[in-house]
Formats: sequence, C-alpha cells, structure tokens
Amino acid sequence: MMIKRIAILAVMFVSVVGMAQDKNKKMTFEVDGKCEMCKMRIEKAALGVTGVKYATWDIPTHQLSLVMDEGKTNSMEIKSAIAAVGHDTKELKATQEAYDAVHPCCKYREDNTDDSANHKKDNR
Amino acid sequence: MRNFLIILFCLPFLASAQDTVEGMVMESNPDNKHLGLPGANVYWEGSPIGTMTKEDGTFSIPYSKEYNKLIISFVGFKSDTLTIDEPKMVHHWLKPSNELDEVVVEQKKEAVQKTFFSAQNVVTVNSAELLKAACCNLSESFETNPAIDVNFNDALTGTKQIEMLGLTSPYLLITQENIPMVRGASQAFGLTFTPGTWVESIQITKGAGSVVNGYESISGQINTELQKPLTDAPIFVNGYANLNGRLELNTHLNTKLSDKWSTGLFVHGNRRDSEVDNNDDNFLDMPLSNQVNIMNRWQYQNPETGWVSFFNVRYLNDEKQVGETGFNPETDKFTTNAWGSEIDTERFDGSVKLGYVFPDLPFQSFGFQASYSHHAQDSYFGFNTYDIDHESVYSNLLFNSIIGNTKHKFKTGISFAYDGYDELVNGTIFTRSDRSAGAFFEYSYTNLEKLSLTAGARFDTHNRLGNFFTPRLHLRYTPWENGSFRGSFGLGRRAANIFAENQRMFASSRTIQLNGNGGNIYGFDAEKAVNYGVSFIQKFKLFDRPGDFSVDFYRTDFENQIVVDWENPREVVFSNLDGDSYANSLQVELNHRVLPNVEVRTAYKFYDVKTEYQTGLLQKPLQAKHRFFTNIGYNTEPKENGAQWRFDYTFNLLGEQRLPSTAANPAEYRLGDFADGYSLMNTQITKVFSNKFEVYVGGENLTNFRQYNAVLGADDPFGDYFDTTIVYAPIFGRMLYMGFRFKI
Repeated sequence: MMIKRIAILAVMFVSVVGMAQDKNKKMTFEVDGKCEMCKMRIEKAALGVTGVKYATWDIPTHQLSLVMDEGKTNSMEIKSAIAAVGHDTKELKATQEAYDAVHPCCKYREDNTDDSANHKKDNR
Repeated sequence: MRNFLIILFCLPFLASAQDTVEGMVMESNPDNKHLGLPGANVYWEGSPIGTMTKEDGTFSIPYSKEYNKLIISFVGFKSDTLTIDEPKMVHHWLKPSNELDEVVVEQKKEAVQKTFFSAQNVVTVNSAELLKAACCNLSESFETNPAIDVNFNDALTGTKQIEMLGLTSPYLLITQENIPMVRGASQAFGLTFTPGTWVESIQITKGAGSVVNGYESISGQINTELQKPLTDAPIFVNGYANLNGRLELNTHLNTKLSDKWSTGLFVHGNRRDSEVDNNDDNFLDMPLSNQVNIMNRWQYQNPETGWVSFFNVRYLNDEKQVGETGFNPETDKFTTNAWGSEIDTERFDGSVKLGYVFPDLPFQSFGFQASYSHHAQDSYFGFNTYDIDHESVYSNLLFNSIIGNTKHKFKTGISFAYDGYDELVNGTIFTRSDRSAGAFFEYSYTNLEKLSLTAGARFDTHNRLGNFFTPRLHLRYTPWENGSFRGSFGLGRRAANIFAENQRMFASSRTIQLNGNGGNIYGFDAEKAVNYGVSFIQKFKLFDRPGDFSVDFYRTDFENQIVVDWENPREVVFSNLDGDSYANSLQVELNHRVLPNVEVRTAYKFYDVKTEYQTGLLQKPLQAKHRFFTNIGYNTEPKENGAQWRFDYTFNLLGEQRLPSTAANPAEYRLGDFADGYSLMNTQITKVFSNKFEVYVGGENLTNFRQYNAVLGADDPFGDYFDTTIVYAPIFGRMLYMGFRFKI
C-alpha cells in the first residue's frame, strides 16, 4: 500500500513538473511604433523587466520577440513596462502622458509607417 | 488521507484532461474561407500554457479558470486577444499586420563605417571602399584609409609595411576571419599573400583588442573577412595590368550544392617578368615575381538546427627575384658577378570553423575554430642566406551567453596554440617551438543607450613567455546625440621573431649583432607593452548631408621591447630594451559628404615615437612625425542597370623623417639626418557598364616623386657600404594601371 502511494505521488509529481514554468519561454506580440528610436525604447523597456532575457522589436512587422523566464515575469508585466514608456500593445494603451513623452518623430498613433529610414540610430 | 490523495491526484488532470479550448486559426480573406494558418502561437495571457497550430491551422489548448485572455499571434499578422470564460470552440481569422506586400527601403551604405555604439574603436572597410584603389593585395587595401599608414620599407622588394598608432605590423594582431594570420614567418610578406578580390571587408580596431583573439595585439587589430561562397558572385573574373609589367588574374567560382552547402574556388595568379630600373642605379626598382594562390572554401548553413560551418584550404607559391639588373640566378648566385637575391615561399593553410546558435536561445552560441599552416621560405640576399620553416596550429573554443538579460553578455573559452620554427641564418640553425594554452572571459554591458563597457581578461601559460595574465578594458559613453567618448586599456605581449620581422637587414653589408641576455627567445625576453587611449567621435549633418568629426589619442608604453638599432651603418644590433620606449599617436579626422555624390575625408596624424637606442633616446627612424591625408570620392548616380562612373583621388602629405645615422660612412655614402617631406597622389577612375562589368584605370604616385639614393653603395654591392634598408619614399615613379571586373 505504501509503495503504491509513493508511486502515485511520484506520478503526480512528474505531471506537476510537466506543467512547470518555462525558464526560456519564447513569445511574440505586437507593439506599436515606427522607427529606430522606438525600437530602442521598446527593447530597453522590455529588457528592464526582471526575467526578460532577450527582446528584439522588428520595425516593419511591429513584432516584439521575447525570451523570458516565466517564473519571474509574464507578458502583462512586460506590456505594462512598454506602455509606461509610451508604446501601445493590443491589451494596454499607453497613457496620454506617456505617449506625449516620446520623441516627436515617433508619434506612431498619427502615422504608423515604417519610418526607420529617416531615423536611423546607427547601431554599428 | 484518502480524500487528500484523490484531490492531489486529480489536480494535474484538471488542467489537462476534460477542459480544453479547441479551434482553428485562419488567414483572413474576403470570403471568410477556411485557410488554416499552421504554426501560429496560441497562449493564455500571463500563463505558462501555450501551443501552436497544426498543419491545418487547428489547435487545442487546456482551459483553466485562472486565465481568460487567449492570445493568437503569428509573425506578419496582427495579434488578437480573445476573452474566453468557458471551454469552447474558437474560429478566428488573423489579419495581415500590414496590407502592403513589401516595401523596400534602400539606404546608401557608407563605404567606411565608424562604430558608434561598440565599446571598441572599430572602423569597418567594406568592399565598396576596397574598390577605390586597385588593391592587388591586402597590403595595398589601406591606401584610402587614414587609420593605417602604409610605408615603403625595403628598397628591394617594394613590399609595403603597414603601421598603426606609430608602430609597425608585428605589434598589430592581423587575423583572417578571427584566426591569427600574418605572424611569425609570414610577418614580412604575409599581407601580400591575400589577393584583394578575396577580401569582403576589413575591421580595423585601434588600441588594445579583445582578449578572445589572444594576448598578442598591442597597438590594434586588423581582421579580414573573405568572400563567402554563399554570397559571392557565381563567377567573378578580374584582370589587372600595370605599365611596369605586372599582370594579375583573379577568378572566383562559387556554387550552391544544396540548400545548406556552398563551395567556392578562388584562384589568383600574378607575375612580373620585365626588368624595370627607372632610377638607373643598376638595381631593379621592383622585383621580378610570380605567384600562384589557390583557395577552396566550403560553407555549411542550417538555420533550423542552428549550425554553421566553414572549411578552408589554401595553397600558395610565391617567387621573387631582386637585385642588380641582368642578375641570372643560374650563373650568378653566390658569386660576385652580380648582386642578386631570390625569395621563394611555399605555404599551405587549412582552417575549420564551427558555430552553433541555440535555436530557442538567440543569445547563446558556441564557436570553435582551428587552423593549421605550414610556411616555408627559402631565400638568399647576395651571400646572406635565410631559410625559415614555420608550422603553426591554433585552436579556439568559445561560448557566448548572457547574465540575466542581453544587457549583460559574456564570452568565455579556451585556446591552444603551437608554433614550430626552424631557421637557418647564414649557416646558423635556430629552432624553437612555442606552446601555449589559455583561458579567457569577457564581460560586456550595455544600457542600450549611453553606456557600454567590455572588460576581459585571459590567463595563458606559455613555455617561453611563462604564465601571465592579460587584462583589457573598453568603455563607451554617449553624453549627447551622435557624440561618443571611448576609452581603452590593455596589455599585450609577444615573442619577437627577430629575423623574420627584419629580413631587409640581409640585403645590406651590415653585420648582425645579437646582444641578448640569455632569455629564451633568441636569447631575448618577451616583448611586453601596455596600450591605452581615448577617442571622441561626433556625427553631424551639414547642409542635410552626413559627416563626422573624430579625434583620438593613444599611447603605447613598452616594458620590454626587442630594440632594433640601425644607428651604426656598419651593423644592426638587437637588444632588450634598456630605458624608455613609447609611441604617442594623435589623429584628427573630418569627413563630410560635401555634395550629394561627393565624399571628402581629411585626416591629420601626429606621431611621437621614441626608443632608447645605444646612442640615446631617439625618434623612430623612417617615420614621419606629421602626416596629412585627403581622399575625395565622386560617383555619378547609378542607372537602372547599375551603370555609373566612379572617381577617387587620394592625397598624402608626409612630413620630414629622421634617417638612421650614416655619419660613420665615407662622404659619398652618407645621407642627411632628415629626409624632406613630400606628397603622394593616387587616383582611380572606374566606368561601370552594368552590374556585371566594369573597367578601371588608375595611377599611383602621379607626381612621380622618387627617392634616388635608395640603394646605398649600389656601385659596389659587395663592399662595406652596401645598404638597401634606408627607404623613406617610393623608389619607382608614376605607376599607371588598368583592369576589369566581370561577374555573373
């Protein structure tokens, strides 16, 4: 009986581990922005969240690709950090104050075209 | 107890068994057809639960009460968030994130790119810049770049020596795709063994380099990236001829064998068989030469698994003959009929590179490099003989990752190197084998905006240099837009190969004196120096066109150096440094696109390089204290098919140069204390007919400036006063050339 219980507990334990949080979770979602300066602002905000290991925002597709430790953070936390520096996501819009703080050439709400050619942060 | 068990038992199944959300993700279309999107991400907001859609766009994801926001995302489409409060079927159409299919934005890429964000002071020279001069080989690839000075260092072979921060190339680490290349036996001529067309780009790092590539770099690093089979043209042919009778042919053949494998065959040949003696000193102004250089590259790339690899083999045979006109090796070698010299080199290189990027972790990778080379040079200079055989093995294993996030990166690894030297100097045998193993760690930090820092250290154990520690530090700070301050500090050390690096001394009547102290490298100690410097760059827009201003100052302080003393014309003396030896260099540069198609670069350079010789602390001989450089490039607007004209003009002004003392010679074999300053001009005009075909003509040393007394004692080459080592200017005059480039 004892052995059975241990076996059952062991099985359960394994299945719980299977549900454990991924230390290197890949995730992609959209963040509004338009140029190189936005890219730097968005990536910096995302990397500023504890648990985010990697963040790359692609200008033409507006997709932010992340690798994060799910034990330390979740996507909402990251989206809040991005909204705080003035960039909208599907779920969270930046406050007017935060949006007003972005550089005049980054005003993506008026015109969200890919403006990287005019505003290069030459990251070489 | 039983109840507890049952509850526990059920918990994991709650999330995975009964309750699921199933559905299909589709591409939006006008008729709402069911076009399934495979590979879309479906996950619960803020949860660890996620899945991907199958081939037909269907998915199934466990449902739990804790989460009610289901996010569906796919690259190239707008992500959507659905609110779901109960397990159910979901049919969802994703809209493309931009209705435009493709927008191509082209930006003019500068031919010379200065780093702005990296902690190190790096200038990248890309292929467009390399086309500005005919660049027969790597040693000539720096003529349009002020960071590197090109000097004429010996009257016989006309080989150009490069200098950085006032120090000659042995103090530079020269690498080919990050594998140390021009060193040891190949130090004197190695740069001429890489044909210009093979070069894809060059990265010039001023000051101490990274610890990843070893401990040898003192004044800087030059890395050459070669053409890659995957990206080079399938067929490329370049022919070149100059009025001095030099002919060159370069052929590249590249092919894609599969979606992962590519291979390239690069063949270079050059020869000069006409004797040129424009200054009538009875000595050839340029060597008779013949070179065959063949390289085969293999490239493997698998984006799915993250593996990349390169495999290279290269064979080179180079023959030079110099000396008096009419010298015939078969009848005149080792006789006093005529003075002559032959330098024959045979070299084999093989290298392999393996890289692995973790598919799920774009910031983590492994790299492994290994190379083998065998370099054999047999040469004689009049009655002096010099043979060197150098076998070299190098390997480096590297791991890149992050600490926490990508603001904090690190590189760490181990390296191993072996060098076996076998030299015969006028009948005396010198053999030496060097073995070293080392481990390195380099941390880099960037706050993504104003500050970046790289701090590295390595520890090596070397059978001749002992056990030592090499720290390197780089900092970058950007206080305002487009302005960057940089600082660097580093230690470097090396075993000087005194004969290979100073081969020109054999072409003279000087006696060679080794005043060693019993150290274990030819009786000398290792060379050791510290290099530190600061730089500032400011980019600006003037008349809406880009420009940049930069100033940098570097200092190298030698703790020990093998001092080569030429101050007595009868001899050349080698000794360990006893006193001070330093090199200060200041460079001020201003570049601007003054008109839409006209680029102007100007630079002023000041060198204060002094060493304690036997006769006191003296300025380094044969080096101009002041230099001024200007390069102007003009291109017409390219037409649809790429047709355009390109014009390029380079002007170099060199101040006076101190000459090694010849006071001890009889009056007719004396030179002044200083050589006057002079200027040089080069130009090139390229007519591009289409993207496939272009023709260029050009001229070097247009003003025909020459040094007439380059060979001292040319009238009596077997006498006591014969010396070809004091060269401060070109020996051959104006040189006109033409060539073509053809690619499919």
